[in-house]
Amino acid sequence: MSIDMEQFYEVFFEESLEGLDIMEQSLLSISKNENCDLEVINTIFRAAHSIKGGSGTFGFNDVANFTHVLETLLDEAREGKRQLTEECIELLLQSCDCLREMISALQNKKNINLQQSESLIAGFNRILSNEQETISTEQPKTTAPTSSTGSVSMSSKSKTNSPLEPNNDDNQYWQIEFVPQPQILMTGNEPARLFRELSTLGELTTTAMVEDIPAFADLTVDECFISWSLELRNSTATKDDILEVFDWVIDECTLEINLLGGSESAPENDAVEALVDSGNEATASTTVATLAPKETHSATENPQTKKPTTADKSTNTNSSSSSIRVGIDKVDSLINLVGELVITQSMLSELGSNFEMSKLEKLATGLEQLLQNTKELQESVMRIRMLPISFAFNRFPRMIRDLAIKIDKKVDLQIHGESTELDKTVMEQISDPLVHLVRNAIDHGIETAQERIAKGKPEQGTIRLDAYHQGGNIVIEVGDDGKGLNTDVIRRKAIEKGMIDSDTQLSNQEIYDLLFQPGFSTAAQVSDISGRGVGMDVVKRNITSLGGRIVIDSQVNIGTTIKVHLPLTLAILDGQLVRVGEQVYIIPLIAIVESLQVKSELVNRVSGDMVLYRLREDNVPIIRLYKEFGINADNTVIENALLVVVEADGQKVGLLVDDLLGQQQVVVKSLESNYKRVVGISGATILGDGSVSMILDIPGLITSASKRSKRHQQTKAA
Amino acid sequence: MSIEVTDQAISDQELRLEGIDFITSGDQYLTFTLGAEHYGVNVLNVNEIRGWDSPTLIPNAPKHIKGVTNLRGTIVPIIDLRIQFQVGDVTYTETTVVIVVSLENEQLNRTMGFVVDAVSDVLNTEESEIKSPSSFGGYVPAAYVKGLVNVGANVVTLLNIEQLLSLDEDHVEH
Repeated sequence: MSIDMEQFYEVFFEESLEGLDIMEQSLLSISKNENCDLEVINTIFRAAHSIKGGSGTFGFNDVANFTHVLETLLDEAREGKRQLTEECIELLLQSCDCLREMISALQNKKNINLQQSESLIAGFNRILSNEQETISTEQPKTTAPTSSTGSVSMSSKSKTNSPLEPNNDDNQYWQIEFVPQPQILMTGNEPARLFRELSTLGELTTTAMVEDIPAFADLTVDECFISWSLELRNSTATKDDILEVFDWVIDECTLEINLLGGSESAPENDAVEALVDSGNEATASTTVATLAPKETHSATENPQTKKPTTADKSTNTNSSSSSIRVGIDKVDSLINLVGELVITQSMLSELGSNFEMSKLEKLATGLEQLLQNTKELQESVMRIRMLPISFAFNRFPRMIRDLAIKIDKKVDLQIHGESTELDKTVMEQISDPLVHLVRNAIDHGIETAQERIAKGKPEQGTIRLDAYHQGGNIVIEVGDDGKGLNTDVIRRKAIEKGMIDSDTQLSNQEIYDLLFQPGFSTAAQVSDISGRGVGMDVVKRNITSLGGRIVIDSQVNIGTTIKVHLPLTLAILDGQLVRVGEQVYIIPLIAIVESLQVKSELVNRVSGDMVLYRLREDNVPIIRLYKEFGINADNTVIENALLVVVEADGQKVGLLVDDLLGQQQVVVKSLESNYKRVVGISGATILGDGSVSMILDIPGLITSASKRSKRHQQTKAA
Repeated sequence: MSIEVTDQAISDQELRLEGIDFITSGDQYLTFTLGAEHYGVNVLNVNEIRGWDSPTLIPNAPKHIKGVTNLRGTIVPIIDLRIQFQVGDVTYTETTVVIVVSLENEQLNRTMGFVVDAVSDVLNTEESEIKSPSSFGGYVPAAYVKGLVNVGANVVTLLNIEQLLSLDEDHVEH
């Protein structure tokens, strides 16, 4: 019986990605502290090892082979034979990226792009061989292949093992002992053909050894008893090139390949031994690589190791349903609560089965207990969706390290409150905006080292990431100690772009808000990191769509702090219940500015039957909910009616309602799952009495109302 | 060869069990009435039958979509088939029922309630007995009709659940 392995794939992918995160963090901590704690190296090794093991089990050979090379290096570091230098760490970090890509390719059932891993393997091998060449993303320089098997030469060449790479020393030569098994001819392999192939690689001398040939009577015609000793001179071929020639017969012979003669001196015995080992592994992976349909590319086409990461991410299709890892303590507390709930339930049902008025007090206590249980259960269930924000923060150390190197600034990252918990959905959607804010802070906020020294600041800039709870919200702060926002520059720019009039007076806060306008960029120079593509307006839109808001605080030459306020969860929101006719609607509390009773003298009819309400300085258009939704209402006169003033996207409107009912937390349910999107409605919820109530989508409502009034105007005009 | 043998075995079994109406070949349909007309939906898609309960209105929804109701924590839209198909009188009495129908496939995973006048019976029918609808269409769009079945003197219209639940009314000609 075969087990369907595919059901375990998802677990493997998840574990591998987790392992990669651990590796990356540990690597970063090594490069920061510069003391290689053995425990940290062990952690990295273990993570790499489990990925290798898992991928081997599931037959993801590309991943397994790649991790094997990684492991070889880590193993040496673990045994203290090797220091993890900066270049090793860089390479290992790149490998993490590469593995992540491989795994996401597997997840999406796409072909793995081997280019990157091959160049990385080459890099590793070079390090392993102790050849102190600078590690770059370039592939090793190898001479053009002379073998006739050109189509596979690329993949094998990139795995070239440097110590076995012959130098041009004329005295060096390859000594090959080739002892075929007797049945080799039966499989259609003719040694002479192999030798002909070899002779294309260099000057070949063959010596046949005939000692093993049995007596004539015992001789079988189709068996081969001859073995050969070959010498390949004047060759630029590598061991892999030679192995490749024997690729088809490798199972049916004993093969020994040695580099002899010349200035032969092994640099370090250990390294060479490990290398031969990994050399064999590399051969195995060569076979895998060549079997996969894959274009041949010339060695000059160096794959850029970093670029594909961003490109691939955007095309990722979310083929699998996401899952969540929950701490066992959370599950335990849930089980306890359910236990209590069951006890309360059985008590109540016993009470109900033979109820007398004398037991009324007991009933009341029972119901109270039930209320308590339900509340606690609700909280615990909500906690399951909560993840510590470190999930979102953890990517920053790496990102900042890379960015700082790239733009040559010195940046230190301080993270606080990483254990603050946040709803998983919110977390997923906040990651990208946060990345954007951090990039901005590094690129625009932090000055170059020279500028900083000139200003009397420490040479190293600081980026702060902080998360904490405040009321029912979570606040995430991204701060820097850079040059701060210059209000004059922003103002000038806004005037230049015609966003404000030159005589408008704006508070600092209002000026900062200009940054969130679409098309606003003060970056003098568009850089690779920020200043183009998605702007702050997208950041703001993302955060607003999560029901959050964003506040900037800045002081010139001291720094900028951006605070993102987010609701803890998307599943529950605080709502104001309002009644219109017989229907009850819920207005998200966060959108409400105030509720008031209309004073008739403040109502103005302007520009052709548009009703405005004067709210202090503002003129607020009034939306009649009953008209908007086509239902009946008790009150259709504006005078003395109740108005709920709400705000979305900076636009205030007044909603005309019949009654304000109360405030409560509501669980958001999707209307789309069984129906379709409804304009002006963001979802539905179930009230205490079991009836369904619609949750108003304020931005949507404002848009549709303004569209409606436009249509109205057009029909009137026509 | 072995396949034929098992086929034989199954038909043998069926022959023996003929007359017991809960094991038959073909499909079973829940039939109900709208005004004087009979309709049927595949019984496998029927979740439950509930009494009529005034639902919460959906703003600006078409007339036949009465609103949404709470079905054990799920928000389920309620559609009055009498309005949609323009048959019978639209009155809500104590006997008015809602048939909760659900569908779960790759494209669609939906639950909806349909208001009907009364539920009649469960009908067993073979695929061969289902006649294609006549080209003289009534108010019921052809896309919603799976076929017609004769039951005694009556004709039952079998409805195409997938089309009904897809709410994709642009492709349905009225």
